[in-house]
Amino acid sequence: MTLEAGSSLKTGSGTGTSSIGSLFKALNSGTTTSRQIVESCLNAIDQRDGSIGAFLHIDRERALQAAEASDLRRSTGEVRGPLDGLPISIKDAICEAGQPATCASRILEGYVSPYSATVIDRLHAAGAIPLGRVNLDEFAMGSSSENSAYQLTHNPWDLTRTPGGSSSGSAASVAARMVPGSLGSDTGGSIRQPASLCGIVGLKPTYGRVSRYGLVAFASSLEQIGPFSLDVFGAAALLQTIAGHDPHDSTCVNTPAEDYLQTLDTPLADLRIGVPKEYFGEGLDPEVQNIVEEALAVYSQHGAKLIPVELPHSKYSVATYYIIAPSEASSNLARFDGIHYGYRSPNFTDLESLYAASRGEGFGPEVKRRIMLGTYALSAGYADKYYVKALQIRRLIRHDFDAAFQQCDVIAGPVTPTPAFRLGELTDDPLAMYLSDIYTIAANLAGIPAISIPAGWTASGLPVGLQLQGPVFTESRLLRAARMLEIDRPWIDRLPPAAGG
Amino acid sequence: MKYDVIIGLEVHAQLQTKTKIFCGCATDFTPDAPNIRTCPVCLGLPGALPVLNRRAFEMAVKAALGLRCQIAHFTKWDRKQYFYPDLPKGYQISQYDLPFSHSGLMEIPADPEVAGAEGLTRKVRIIRAHLEDDAGKNIHDESGRGSESQVDLNRAGTPLVEIVTEPDLRSPKEARMLLEEIRLLLLYFGVSDCNMQEGNLRCDANINLHLHHDSGITTKTPIVEIKNLNSFRFLEQACEYEVSRQLKTYGHLEEIADRTKRTFGYDPQRGVTIEQRSKEEAADYRYFPDPDLVPVIVTADQIQLWQADLPERPQDRRQRYQTELGLSPYDAGVIIEQGRAFADFFEQIVAHGAESKQASNWITQEIQRILNERKCSIGEFPVSAELVGTILRKVSDKQLTLKAAREALDALVSYSEENTVSQETLEKVIQERGLSIVQNDELLLNIIQQVIQKNPKPVADYLGGKQAAAGSLLGQVMREARGADPQLVKSLVTQALDALKSGNS
Ligand SMILES: [Zn+2]
Repeated sequence: MTLEAGSSLKTGSGTGTSSIGSLFKALNSGTTTSRQIVESCLNAIDQRDGSIGAFLHIDRERALQAAEASDLRRSTGEVRGPLDGLPISIKDAICEAGQPATCASRILEGYVSPYSATVIDRLHAAGAIPLGRVNLDEFAMGSSSENSAYQLTHNPWDLTRTPGGSSSGSAASVAARMVPGSLGSDTGGSIRQPASLCGIVGLKPTYGRVSRYGLVAFASSLEQIGPFSLDVFGAAALLQTIAGHDPHDSTCVNTPAEDYLQTLDTPLADLRIGVPKEYFGEGLDPEVQNIVEEALAVYSQHGAKLIPVELPHSKYSVATYYIIAPSEASSNLARFDGIHYGYRSPNFTDLESLYAASRGEGFGPEVKRRIMLGTYALSAGYADKYYVKALQIRRLIRHDFDAAFQQCDVIAGPVTPTPAFRLGELTDDPLAMYLSDIYTIAANLAGIPAISIPAGWTASGLPVGLQLQGPVFTESRLLRAARMLEIDRPWIDRLPPAAGG
Repeated sequence: MKYDVIIGLEVHAQLQTKTKIFCGCATDFTPDAPNIRTCPVCLGLPGALPVLNRRAFEMAVKAALGLRCQIAHFTKWDRKQYFYPDLPKGYQISQYDLPFSHSGLMEIPADPEVAGAEGLTRKVRIIRAHLEDDAGKNIHDESGRGSESQVDLNRAGTPLVEIVTEPDLRSPKEARMLLEEIRLLLLYFGVSDCNMQEGNLRCDANINLHLHHDSGITTKTPIVEIKNLNSFRFLEQACEYEVSRQLKTYGHLEEIADRTKRTFGYDPQRGVTIEQRSKEEAADYRYFPDPDLVPVIVTADQIQLWQADLPERPQDRRQRYQTELGLSPYDAGVIIEQGRAFADFFEQIVAHGAESKQASNWITQEIQRILNERKCSIGEFPVSAELVGTILRKVSDKQLTLKAAREALDALVSYSEENTVSQETLEKVIQERGLSIVQNDELLLNIIQQVIQKNPKPVADYLGGKQAAAGSLLGQVMREARGADPQLVKSLVTQALDALKSGNS
């Protein structure tokens, strides 16, 4: 095993940008500058984003200025860390002062945030360069980008297919080598599923590890902001930059952020990998199953033990999630009322019709569906049957994980039941769409960290991810385990067709 | 027909924290422009999150302990959801099933007009006190020309404590007295300014009647909630009107089919209660735990610390003034009603030697008169409680008459306009104006003459040249004329003896 970060990576601009690890090395060795990196990203966006559709808004001038400032710092030896000078795309649900934050919704068309999310402040403090705002399913509700009010995002590996969602633009912008990293959010798999379908690394942190302040809320008790990157190094660097206590978020845990990069290249000895039988049952695409099992075999070769574990309540995950998430969403989205900011319909005669028309015209069908679901689940007479019951099952799902982690260090399995599906394939079947989150939702319900890493490609060239889940606050373990696979079976040289592969 | 009036109150009081309950914005919302005390959190901007202001929680606990409530060891926050322009988040952060406090008790004298209640104490149980954030204000165009309504969110996010009582009140007067007592408590505890004009203290009254028909049947009228009463008078008037309205509507009915609770408002101009739009009659607030906030855990030790730190309740003070200081209930009440600073001033006057009844008369009459003249509060009174106490001690020591004491106080007050007033100033004022009893009076001279007549021996000695013989005469005069100025006594005795001397020669 070779343990050097990004050891076999190209940094040339012809194929777009490269991984955070290799760019960090190239910057340090003086073979490139931040300005060159940002320019190559902007060129790649110009060339490719017309067919990918990841970006909703790009701030070129600001990015170039920030790159020059970073190069100046580097020349005077004041580098702020591994992300200094590197452009990062931002899911359009994470607020930055002076930037739009549409959440891919008509209701926030033209809205400009007057304040920045804590993670954005931390990116700036680390010298990273927020380059542009990327597409998502409206208010992070969806798994395909098809719920965006503005545009479709296409999978760089096959433009007819979905990049996944809801952080569609984050995954596609990184996979297509238009940026080396991105920030997205994961409420039920919205980082891991698109990372898996796009063949890159995506990590959902432990609930409370990263501040949610400035992330437009969909389901507050479930979601976390997390990184996308071509390499594990980049995911670690991004996570340690954005993690840590924030006085603006009461649910953000008051423990200091770790230095994930320090331990990254130390393989985990005697790793016990739990393999739940529930993740390998009906509905799992055989090709996906093979690729995941081959990845597990790699770990076995490096001395890991594969241990069968049980997650008996995982079959209730989707149902539980689709009560809790819409309940919270129905409340979180009440503030979009046409009164204070955002879209106001001209079609009203009184206060009530102002609300009805603004929300009716401003929200898309999936958002409305979930608001209706959640409003119903919280209604007097129904709350006990639905919302309260869902909370009880959520506790059981947590206990499943507690019990399983008595026997193993991480739990491994597929991220999604199938590789990327075709755009349009599931739009008429919301339930089938919901099932694409079947393996990812439980981690959000339990609040545990989980990572998706490229495990292989199908015969038709679609990427398939491996999911590793760990007990709370074991991000460092997940990153080290991911790095073991990356070293053994490096994936970064495999370029998607949209990036010249 | 006999009937009972049944009233319970829901009292809303704004806590006087420096900053709002879930953000860092200042709470002084008397600023000159709308929406300037706001931030992403209290504007409800996308992505903003609330963080509990611990001071607000502690103040609310203080209020609840004052109401003799139990403090919960575990309390959480719930969203109360409804749409209204002054509510930017689309929900209010409140407490639903696990309020931070419950099971308190307040006592007021029962209304003697209520049959059988004369001389009794009305015990009013407090169901709960919980904490929530206030909404903003809608500003409507009153011109009728149809311009746009506006929203001012300066007030949005101000901490509010809501106090809910059992329906233990038996008359509109008792309702008023309870609200007055709650107001005093919150004022004395320094947790709310209770400014009712500003809406910082407001109240809803739930009221109905139990009608005892001559047939022996008792019927209960439907409960009416009268919303948003922002003065004591309106509370009492609205309840009185509602009693008469319910009597008129239901008094003749031995059976009332529809007992649905209804919501009314009060129109003080017309003095009537008016049913409010009952469209959202069964408002479903869809309460659920706010996932953005963590529950608050309070330990028994912490509660004990807070309890130990509690100021004296106005009710307890009123009682103490009667039992320990011998004031009448009326006088004690008058002082307590004027507020904590006023009562503190009174107690300091007593502590500096004033007789308590005298102190009570003075603070409610002399001092109050000066405060009214000068249009200032007790905190701005120019003469310290210590000096007032000294003046009154001189009265009880018979060094000053009451009239002279009043003159001394007035002199000190006017003197204070250009100078600081001290103990020396007081002595100087008494001296200069000749306010001392002994100077005013023949008393001292009479005593001296008597002493001289009764003591021929020392007098003869003195006249014979023994200066020291005057000492025993001086001592006797001082003993007789208790509190007289020794310097003065000495010079008067010497004068009297010298007069004898010259008369002899
Ligand atoms: Zn604020």
